[in-house]
Amino acid sequence: MSVPRFWRKISKRYNLEGTRCTQCGRTFYPPRTFCPDCRRSGEIVPFRFQGKGEVVTFTVIRTASDAFARQTPFVLAIIRLDEGPRVTAQVVVENVSEAHIGMRVRSVFRRIGTEGDSGVIYYGTKFVPDVPYPEG
Amino acid sequence: MTGIITYGAYIPRYRIRLEEIARVWGDNAQDIIGGLGVREKSVPDLDEDTATIAVEAARNALTRREIDPGEIGAVYVGSESHPYAVKPTACTVGEAIRATPAMTAADYEFACKAGTAAIQTCMGLVGAGMIRYGLAIGADVAQGAPSDALEYTAAAGGAAFLIGRDDPIARIHGTVSFTTDTPDFWRREGQNYPRHGGRFTGDPGYFKHVQGAAHLMLEQAGTSPGDYDYAVFHQPNAKFPRRVAEHLGFTPEQIRPGLVVPELGNTYSGATMVGLAATLDVAKPGDRIFVTSFGSGAGSDSFDVEVTDAIEAGAFRRDAAPTVRQLLSNPIYVDYAHYAKHKGKIVMQ
Amino acid sequence: MRDVAVIGIGCTTFGEKWGTSFRDLFLEAGTLALEDAQLPGEQIDALYVGNMSAGRFVEQEHVGALIADYSGMASRHVPSTRVESACCSGSLAFRQAVIAVASGLEEIVVAAGVEKMTDVETSISVDALAAAADREWEGFVGATFPGLYAMIASDYMHRYALTREQLAEVAVKNHRNGALNPIAQFRSPITVETVLRSSLVADPLRLFDCSPITDGAAAVILAPLERAREFTDAPVKVMATAQASDTIALHDRRDISTLDATVAAGRRAYEMAGLTPGSIDLVEVHDCFTIAEILAIEDLGFCVKGEAGRLTEEGETALDGRIPVNTSGGLKACGHPVGATGIKQVCEVVQQLRGDAGRRQIDGAEIGMTQNVGGTGASVAVHILGRT
Repeated sequence: MSVPRFWRKISKRYNLEGTRCTQCGRTFYPPRTFCPDCRRSGEIVPFRFQGKGEVVTFTVIRTASDAFARQTPFVLAIIRLDEGPRVTAQVVVENVSEAHIGMRVRSVFRRIGTEGDSGVIYYGTKFVPDVPYPEG
Repeated sequence: MTGIITYGAYIPRYRIRLEEIARVWGDNAQDIIGGLGVREKSVPDLDEDTATIAVEAARNALTRREIDPGEIGAVYVGSESHPYAVKPTACTVGEAIRATPAMTAADYEFACKAGTAAIQTCMGLVGAGMIRYGLAIGADVAQGAPSDALEYTAAAGGAAFLIGRDDPIARIHGTVSFTTDTPDFWRREGQNYPRHGGRFTGDPGYFKHVQGAAHLMLEQAGTSPGDYDYAVFHQPNAKFPRRVAEHLGFTPEQIRPGLVVPELGNTYSGATMVGLAATLDVAKPGDRIFVTSFGSGAGSDSFDVEVTDAIEAGAFRRDAAPTVRQLLSNPIYVDYAHYAKHKGKIVMQ
Repeated sequence: MRDVAVIGIGCTTFGEKWGTSFRDLFLEAGTLALEDAQLPGEQIDALYVGNMSAGRFVEQEHVGALIADYSGMASRHVPSTRVESACCSGSLAFRQAVIAVASGLEEIVVAAGVEKMTDVETSISVDALAAAADREWEGFVGATFPGLYAMIASDYMHRYALTREQLAEVAVKNHRNGALNPIAQFRSPITVETVLRSSLVADPLRLFDCSPITDGAAAVILAPLERAREFTDAPVKVMATAQASDTIALHDRRDISTLDATVAAGRRAYEMAGLTPGSIDLVEVHDCFTIAEILAIEDLGFCVKGEAGRLTEEGETALDGRIPVNTSGGLKACGHPVGATGIKQVCEVVQQLRGDAGRRQIDGAEIGMTQNVGGTGASVAVHILGRT
């Protein structure tokens, strides 16, 4: 992905900033600037998601494009955010066999990819199992 | 008086045991573990670096206390492993905590004390009334060349401290620094790994500067080691901070909560910061903490800190984010091959 | 609107065609179609070409003009239009050609599809195909095409009683059919074990659940039905053309295990033809992955949701089954030159309706259907063809 294209959505990718239609109340992440239900009568405002959700479905990517080849195998999932919308994201787990449908997850800040060794680093949101920290 | 408004730490879950590193290089593991007082060290995940660690630490700090990120007027990230040589980690952190754009930001480098240098800068800006809050972070995915002595301790982690004046959880009564030009440890531009002067890093480096700053601090504060409940010293290994504490007159009990290096390793710019975070995790109102960092090159920053009632009041929720002890528990151990992969030490096409 | 008929078909062999260029492919398919329609070529009024990504695969855009030129139509300035809708490009070129003839605006029209995929490294072709999904919110985070269909399969297997073996039976059946098809990329039968022993690509999908990377082209010639017998003794009538859209990203779908666009396009097609699923004698569906054939069988109304695995296992979709699916071998065994696939599907159905399908022939086939999918279901085209 080109630098301007990544940069344009940095705050959305880092902070799960989506949108909400004030007409029908539906929330959007990835963000939409046009409500598919209310169309022109809807007013779209920014809406920030809390980063908690549940795995709706998932896969383990074993063969990836060049940009992700060094990360395989990794879990890719569709996650339903608690506020409603669904998003595609990686789930970071100790062992890929941990992943399951219905798994509770929370968002974390990670490297998504890089443009080779000298190019830009793309940061963004991934998810991890939402389990309490053990007693210290 | 300026102080710490909130704080947070972050440590990746992966660990490698020193025995495993010694196995690969044919070293005697027991000699090394005994000499360093370090058993294992943290290793970043494949997609973790100084920026992601800094962001997670900062977010943990802001989880503990509700602060309008727009009121954060400065973000400084100290590290010797910034992901970019040119392009600030601090901007990424600022964006990821929604503090942008009305803020100043910069990356700091002063070997292992860049994080405490960031605290001092924030204190100055807050004290001068230029900003309401400043965020100081020390974080590293520390570098050590394969088979070098540094490889046994170079670890990943960091901590973030929000500095301000309003209702701090800990007041910083004063800070002093002790700085000279001492080539004990360095990394030249374009080089992958640092080099060091071996035993020269000890007396002329670590001990001279830590003791120099500590004496200045005690003198300025008019205090003695016995006035403090806790002390935190830079911890490249467990031996140096123990010995410097003893020389200065601090007891093993005073440094115990903040001495995390045996299970964490040396997180370079994060080391003193994580030690202070671990101490704040257990501190009570009224506790006084003596802090002295060390950065090769060389210099030390010393702080006289006093915990306030706010650490147990409603606005600050210490248990809303993980403690350093919690971050250290439940590790995932890797072998040297996976460690090399995680650290990008394998030459790829 | 007037009725439209297919009067000629042509298809290259499918496979890794190292010696054949993008231009060669198109010309071969077009020539075969003209020969089939016994047309010298001067009568062609317009060209519609389905092509997904010549820009990425052969670094050539403007392929409508290129094809007109190399087909000898530039001197007559015949209009030539490229149609792109990812893997559904071929069917949409066909649909545009049908609309052009039905409207009366044009008389004799070529609908073609072409894709030359092996001139670039596999990683580049994989990335080019990933552009059919949402690059910003799927591809950016590491989604591959097999990965997205694998998430459909995970969802489906979690909710319905589809076994891993039943899924493998889709590939086994399609390889069996492909073995009987002279143009197919893979002409050897496989077993369930072949599929289950192949390497995992994206859990639960394995290598033999996936369609291959293929070079190929196909072309058909359309004319008004009333004039069709000037050119052929066996014109095939276009009984319905339908198309539907859905969200570009899989995560935004109403139901991950239903391609609503297939359901919508199917309903429109049945309505236009005045038919029900029971009237269809054979269907070519978009089995880019085995799970996609399972969804297509259900979403087109051949059985209720959750039953397609059992239907496949019991042989109901085989050549001698109740509703033969992918007699050509489908995308899985015949190959999947993405822009050409929709046209190849039409070629297969026309062959079957003419009774020319050789050892794959479905006895007495009167009505056939095609279903072609773009992306993970953001575009679907359904056509119904009938013997005259």
